[in-house]
Amino acid sequence: MIKKTVKDVEAALQGVQDGMTFMLGGFGLSGIPENAIAHLVKLNVKDITCISNNAGVDDFGLGLLLQKKQIRKMVSSYVGENDEFERQMLSGELEVELIPQGTLAERCRAAQGGFPAFFTPAGYGTEVAEGKEVREFNGKMYVLEEAFKADFAFIKAWKGDEAGNLTFKGTARNFNPNMCGAAKVTVVEVEELVKPGELDPNQIHIPGIFVQRIFQGERYEKRIEQRTVRQRD
Amino acid sequence: MLDKNGIAQRIAKEVKDGYYVNLGIGIPTLVANFVRDDIDVEFQSENGVLGMGPFPFDGEEDADVINAGKQTITALPGASFFDSATSFSMIRGQHVDLTILGAMEVAENGDIANWKIPGKMVKGMGGAMDLVASADNIIVAMMHTNRAGDSKLLKRCSLPLTGVGCVTKVVTNLAVLEVTKEGFKLLERAPGVSVDEIQKATEGTLIIDGVVPEMKL
Repeated sequence: MIKKTVKDVEAALQGVQDGMTFMLGGFGLSGIPENAIAHLVKLNVKDITCISNNAGVDDFGLGLLLQKKQIRKMVSSYVGENDEFERQMLSGELEVELIPQGTLAERCRAAQGGFPAFFTPAGYGTEVAEGKEVREFNGKMYVLEEAFKADFAFIKAWKGDEAGNLTFKGTARNFNPNMCGAAKVTVVEVEELVKPGELDPNQIHIPGIFVQRIFQGERYEKRIEQRTVRQRD
Repeated sequence: MLDKNGIAQRIAKEVKDGYYVNLGIGIPTLVANFVRDDIDVEFQSENGVLGMGPFPFDGEEDADVINAGKQTITALPGASFFDSATSFSMIRGQHVDLTILGAMEVAENGDIANWKIPGKMVKGMGGAMDLVASADNIIVAMMHTNRAGDSKLLKRCSLPLTGVGCVTKVVTNLAVLEVTKEGFKLLERAPGVSVDEIQKATEGTLIIDGVVPEMKL
């Protein structure tokens, strides 16, 4: 077995530098790498580009990095829930590239799977396609989109073992599996780090080959963005 | 005239047995409340769940089980969770039968704009561009006019587009309209709304073919 465990978040984030491009898993606040984000805040790395579907909220998730003005550029599909984000974007301090959500996921998967680019119908005829190659296949128009290039991918999984095999829970899965192996270094934090053999090989969502470093997160707040419930009759 | 629930109730009649359906945020979300319970339908949320159920009971909410609007939800028996790339394979690969979403503008050629107002805060397109570029069956749920009273059914969209020539049907507080090569074909009137009122509220070409029935909810 090739062991991927590192001691803690500090060891996991070795090599992180100013000006790098990071992928971060999560949808809204669900399945975000809370411990890696907290440590990026502590390290105070600057001028970073973040590829992440959303940008957190003002005081949690990527909002924490925005507050400290560590982010130069965001690559996202939806960024609506964050006042500080809006302020930095409108003042021009923050560069923002908005791309369709499926294209974002596929640009991760392409990087993971060794495809330099792919054609998608999403965004054809809109400003998203401006400056990009378009081509017709079977009477329909498609836009050429390229695989992402990133230095680190920060992933949150539910359970993982020392070999880096991962399982995810519920909709906290989202972009996390697609980003594993899509950057030069994939760093995974898990709620529960288990011994090899404890996870059923039939139930692994991401095999350890896509992972370089794995550690157990110290704690998880798992904040809920929109608490919607129904009452019992 | 219909309210938002009325629009959702009318659209629910378009949901057929055996359909996989993607519901957008806003009025589309309400459609789930009105689907007949004698048919089998599964709702997909693009953040990674198929077989989405109602909101959880108070105290049972789980941060790891949300919908695309980031609301806590439940998963019904037979549901599945999956990653984002798989989710959009369902959408792009046309495995989802019906897409229902909101819009700021729809044009008579089927163009839709719903993600950006230049000069204002831009929140992003989320999954809307993937959905409208891929689905064969796209129903827009929206009010017929905006807050200023201007028509949202136009000859050409004025806002940045989300997709081109893709909308098949529009259900508003005033009417049900089909997008055809010739323009918006008026299929049904909302209760108590005249053809004349619909005509006045529609900037795009409106096709009136014979007597237009009042919709049945």
